[in-house]
Amino acid sequence: MKGLKIVVLAKQVPDTRNVGKDAMKADGTVNRAALPAIFNPEDLNALEQALRLKDKIEGTTVHILTMGPGRAAEIIREAMFRGADGGYLLSDRAFAGSDTLATSYALACALKNLKTDLLICGRQAIDGDTAQVGPQVAEKLGIPQVTYAEDILKCTEQKITVKRRLERGIEVVECPVPCVVTVNGSAAPCRPRNARFVMKYKYARATQELQDADEDYTNLLNERPYLKITEWSVNNITCEPQELGLSGSPTKVKNIENVVFQAKEAKILEPTDEAIDAMMKELIVNHTIG
Amino acid sequence: MANFYTDNEDIKFHLEHPLMEKIVTLKERNYTEAQQFEGAPRDFEDAIDNYDKVLEIVGEICGDVIAVNAESVDAEGPQVIDGHVKYATGTQQNIDVINQAGLNGISLPRKYNGLNFPITPFIMAAELVARADAGLQNIWGLQDCAETINEFASEEQKAKYLPRVSAGETCAMDLTEPDAGSDLQAVQLKATYNEQDGQWYLNGVKRFITNGDGHISLVLARSEEGTNDGRGLSMFIYDRNSNAVTVRRIENKLGIKGSPTCELVFKNAPAELVGERKMGLIKYVMALMNAARLGIGGQSVGIAEAAYREGLKYAQERKQFGKAIIEFPAIYEMLSNMEAKLHGIRSVLYETARFVDIYKTYYHISKERALDKEERNEMKEYQKLADIYTPLQKLFASEYANEITYDSLQIHGGSGFMKDYPIQRYVRDARITNIYEGTSQLQVVAAIRGVTTGQYAKYIREVYEKAHIKPEHEYLRETLKCMTGQLEACTAKVAETGNTEYTDFHARRLVEIAGYTIIGYLLLQDAQRCGKYEKSAEIFINYGKAKVAAHVEFINSFEPDKLGLYKKS
Repeated sequence: MKGLKIVVLAKQVPDTRNVGKDAMKADGTVNRAALPAIFNPEDLNALEQALRLKDKIEGTTVHILTMGPGRAAEIIREAMFRGADGGYLLSDRAFAGSDTLATSYALACALKNLKTDLLICGRQAIDGDTAQVGPQVAEKLGIPQVTYAEDILKCTEQKITVKRRLERGIEVVECPVPCVVTVNGSAAPCRPRNARFVMKYKYARATQELQDADEDYTNLLNERPYLKITEWSVNNITCEPQELGLSGSPTKVKNIENVVFQAKEAKILEPTDEAIDAMMKELIVNHTIG
Repeated sequence: MANFYTDNEDIKFHLEHPLMEKIVTLKERNYTEAQQFEGAPRDFEDAIDNYDKVLEIVGEICGDVIAVNAESVDAEGPQVIDGHVKYATGTQQNIDVINQAGLNGISLPRKYNGLNFPITPFIMAAELVARADAGLQNIWGLQDCAETINEFASEEQKAKYLPRVSAGETCAMDLTEPDAGSDLQAVQLKATYNEQDGQWYLNGVKRFITNGDGHISLVLARSEEGTNDGRGLSMFIYDRNSNAVTVRRIENKLGIKGSPTCELVFKNAPAELVGERKMGLIKYVMALMNAARLGIGGQSVGIAEAAYREGLKYAQERKQFGKAIIEFPAIYEMLSNMEAKLHGIRSVLYETARFVDIYKTYYHISKERALDKEERNEMKEYQKLADIYTPLQKLFASEYANEITYDSLQIHGGSGFMKDYPIQRYVRDARITNIYEGTSQLQVVAAIRGVTTGQYAKYIREVYEKAHIKPEHEYLRETLKCMTGQLEACTAKVAETGNTEYTDFHARRLVEIAGYTIIGYLLLQDAQRCGKYEKSAEIFINYGKAKVAAHVEFINSFEPDKLGLYKKS
């Protein structure tokens, strides 16, 4: 069969897995400066599934599509270091403040620029944990979707066979292509960065990152066109502007509460009747028991 | 989420050594390959950045995958199934990840899909792998067999085998036999040339072969019928795809258990001659051995690093008599000496690697164009240095890896004797480093020439002693000058007798005196570039000075006619 054109939808997220004290600002929003920006973990699982298809089916290409600020190009490079062929950065102030609906709208509009056989993404991002963007993209493009994928067993020009990880077991489904596959964190971990790709692509840059580029760098880009990461603004996609960003986002934040987990891991009691009595009362008062 | 490269600034420190610019510029032929190959560096900074980034990948894999698998690999070990090796589950997983990361053919030229790295960053990667799992470093490090193929095999053979190594096929060097261990002149594996099909065939048995079932093996065999010594031996390439060698058994070893040590049976195994007949031992094995000895140096430093960290951590956490045991002089002295030794062996390891890099790169350039006189002289000079430094670094690195692991276990007390802590594995793994690729006793045999010909002393006097140092370090240099004087005096005293057995008797002491002095100077040099090493320099020089004094005392008070006292029948 001919090679597949695969696009992996990925997101750069603050690393919420190792949250320290300063992870949230006083106003209850995420303190992005305190959290390193990383490749959303399940999107890495998705990338691995795409790269496995590339290994199996000659001529297959894998590109990343991500929406975010200029620095989000980092995850496109990261994907290239692991074997992706390139990527597209969708970046514009017009996208700022997007909720999942506006995000999936913008991504779907961008995807109309590309002819793809298969879209793969992580189940959900660790900053919002909504798991909505993948399915919404499928709906907006009018193509089927397979969620909770753990392994893509087979892919032909007509259909894809996917093993899904469900709450109480697994199931194997077939789905016509093109379609969207959202990949679960239980899928195979992503392969490491490859030494040869790192050396080949370490100078890859998106347009926004080139603002301070010197002449030497511009020459390098001309010599090695594969170092150019395609960047699209709102002008490069066909869309209804009111559907984008804040205006396209029906999600309204009413209140943000900063929940601080108060309990310590262990509480040491004196081995006396009084101490046990006090503990029982405390548990009843705070409704842990009774 | 551990990274064994980024958590250890000592390795990067050596990557930034001033001599690297010369090495990299030679290796990259003045950065001309950037026009031809994607990813080839455009200048020195670009090249160093490449090494740094690739070592970061190695460090990440070591921390997140290889070190995590090490305990299960140690317990499970490899097996023989139908005459072939099946690695432990964790080993196979490690190899798969390493291959995905493209960490093979590291020092091979780009035309064979290699990364064209100098030996120095390759050894750094070896050190990282060994810190995570010493046994895996044996399998992965054997890619340096490809260096020997690159140096001596025909263009056709290089084109056939080297890209396979770059793609992740493993290697083996088949030298030892049941009756030929340290004495390789006794090798009997028979190589016969068949006139009819124009092919060499190998028959016989090899023993103690690390990764003996590797894809591509370099085999030392007797090609000249009727000969009994090294001059009748040639080097061959055996390709596992021929399926004519079976693994009869694998050894049950004390350490490096993930690395399969095989007994091999060759039955009419087709093989290709490498280079010239009869040069197998004399030329090619010596090259192979020198590369392997540098690799064992890297392995030793990696194990020592792992052991030192465990000892330090345990001493900080373990409380006895109301305080952390690190606060007791007996413990902190041990740890400081361990750290100084660790820094010292790393310094002499990379000093040697740099010497090897310069001369090997000149050697390869000499195949492309004629070297000018200055370049030729430099190649010879660095080759001589590499020849005397290789056994010296192997001796010190492997002996200190043993001492450091031993002391680290001691710091653990009774807990160290239990299998619950990794230190027992490091002790077991370290134990082979001063045995294989030439025992310490044989490293002394190779290194003593550097003493008796005055080469070490000359280099110390002309280079190390004259290097610019900060005035506040002058007192350390004075001590080292004094140690150099003692090296020269003891060498002269031993030579006076004109008795080679007497020289052999004192050889280890003499080589060690040279080693303490050289390592002391190297640490002093490191302290010029980074204040962090001032402490290790001073501690090591204190330690070395006392060791030298003991050796000097023994040599000076020893009457040559007392040799008989030590003789055994």
